[in-house]
Amino acid sequence: MTSDGVADERRGGVRVIAPVRPRKLAKVPFVELSEGRLQGVVSSGSDVSRVYVSSITAGDHGLSCNTNNNRPCGGLSGSHACNHIRALVDAAVAQYGLERVARYLKAEGGDDLWAALHPTTAPSRAAEVFSSFLRHLSYLEVPPTTDPLPELHWFPAAGVVR
Amino acid sequence: MLADVLRSSPAGLDEALALVDGIDTALVHGLTRLDDDRAAALESVAAAFTGTPLADRVTDSIGKIVAGTVTDEHLVVLAGARVALLGAAHDALLGGVDTALGRSREPWSAPVAGRAGLTGAGSRSWLRELAIAGWRGVDHELAAGAAQAIQALLDVPAARRLAVLLDGFAAELRTAAPVATRSWIPVRRWADLWTRALILAQDDYPVPGTEPVDGRLLILGVDLHEHPTVFRAQAHGLLETAAGVRLVRTSVAAAKVDTISGPSAWRMLTAFQVFRSAVAEHRSVEVTGMLLTPAGDLIWDESRAVVSEPADPFTTARVLLGTATAPSALPLDRHPSVIAEPVLLEGYTAGEESLDLGGVTVAVDMERVPEAGPLTPALVAASTACLGLLRWDGGWSVQPLAVQATVKRKAVAVHTGDWALGPTEAKAAKAEAAAGTAVDVLRERAGRLLRK
Repeated sequence: MTSDGVADERRGGVRVIAPVRPRKLAKVPFVELSEGRLQGVVSSGSDVSRVYVSSITAGDHGLSCNTNNNRPCGGLSGSHACNHIRALVDAAVAQYGLERVARYLKAEGGDDLWAALHPTTAPSRAAEVFSSFLRHLSYLEVPPTTDPLPELHWFPAAGVVR
Repeated sequence: MLADVLRSSPAGLDEALALVDGIDTALVHGLTRLDDDRAAALESVAAAFTGTPLADRVTDSIGKIVAGTVTDEHLVVLAGARVALLGAAHDALLGGVDTALGRSREPWSAPVAGRAGLTGAGSRSWLRELAIAGWRGVDHELAAGAAQAIQALLDVPAARRLAVLLDGFAAELRTAAPVATRSWIPVRRWADLWTRALILAQDDYPVPGTEPVDGRLLILGVDLHEHPTVFRAQAHGLLETAAGVRLVRTSVAAAKVDTISGPSAWRMLTAFQVFRSAVAEHRSVEVTGMLLTPAGDLIWDESRAVVSEPADPFTTARVLLGTATAPSALPLDRHPSVIAEPVLLEGYTAGEESLDLGGVTVAVDMERVPEAGPLTPALVAASTACLGLLRWDGGWSVQPLAVQATVKRKAVAVHTGDWALGPTEAKAAKAEAAAGTAVDVLRERAGRLLRK
């Protein structure tokens, strides 16, 4: 959240989502804070057509990591995070900033997110997360439009001043 | 004088906004959780419509909502009442500006040509759940509840407007969920977005007709818009036709994802090479048979546009802006937040946050100066002339689209659209090249994974 104050509650154009920060996408092409999870997709180091689908639940910090064919990740054991989940968290912090990620996960407590996380195991969410990723990618295939879209006056582009 | 308008407030504006606040506060807590104060605030909205054509319907619907019956039929009337109040505020604010600028505006007379004909049932049901729960009741599940409806709308070109709005709104709710734990709530904003979405989701939402026009388009400047899944460039310009000079807008938009932002977002608009060239190179455009709506929106069509002679936007503004006829907004679109009136300001004393026009200081809305262009607060502070959009959001501000300034004893002109074909400055170009690979990476991933 980028703003505060009573005046902002009465402003139509107030910015609610801080624009995401640019980051490299090759290793972790997709990260989102959604449906009570930090979730995303991590490219496999060895197979270009394989990805790992990883998530951490907000509050309980339940970890899950599977391939896109729904095979469990060999690196994830119990509450010990695999490299994919670590890469996911690093990408999320790069994209959203530590504060927003920590607040969403309810893991607030200083500069070290891992110190504030108390991971457990969680059921696989691979199917939901992977379909969310495919939906994300499908935006690149939505045709452009020349419709006047008047509601975009409520959504100014990411500003030079933040 | 513009200064007088910027300083004053139209009669009745505060009262109208106080009524809007009553609706907005009810939506914070949810329409099934109205305490006596919130119920009384809604009843005073109904009372304000006494003697208007909406009186019976507003009184009936608000009465039913206060009694605990929240149906689609009552909600659309509540939304309609809010549209009417803010529409009146829009008219009063814009009327003052027109008088001060001596701007003539075509009165709205266009008949409704058709109906959107979309199926908004899925959207309406989510919007009803939001109104019942209130913003404070929005949890992760409710925030994500529009996903299917949005996906279905994105497949239908006629429903794109609603899809883009709902997608931006839902993204904010997902980010903010659970809303009950937030320190502040964007009360006016979310009520605006909810109201617009509910009105647009009506299956018989009226659509105006268009007429083909021939002429020369002279671009004044470009306003950039974005949310996680859209990037849009909207040019404001003057259309010279045989019938005279008209103030128009024209818009190109592309779907994107949140990791594509800043100057590299222009890469998503490669389908509009004529538009981008005209903007980046400050050239006029010859249009032939391009469609124009009665609201002044030229529906951009690359096949009906040819890039022509160089045309300096400041010269265009100095010579022609004062003679141009402005359009009226579509009746249902009228709202203070859609006021974006092109103005040329000169002879002011500039600061980074405001311009002293002599007698009045107008705020510079730097939040609306995009990262995707070369304009900066320092350039605004060094400026002697500013082409901008006059906006109102609780008070007047100017959103710079271009400035003329003196930098290191050299006169420069800098426009928000200068990077439409890519950054023209070395450091920004390098950053754009690095960020631009995001688009390539995602396209590669999409190619491998999407159709399996």
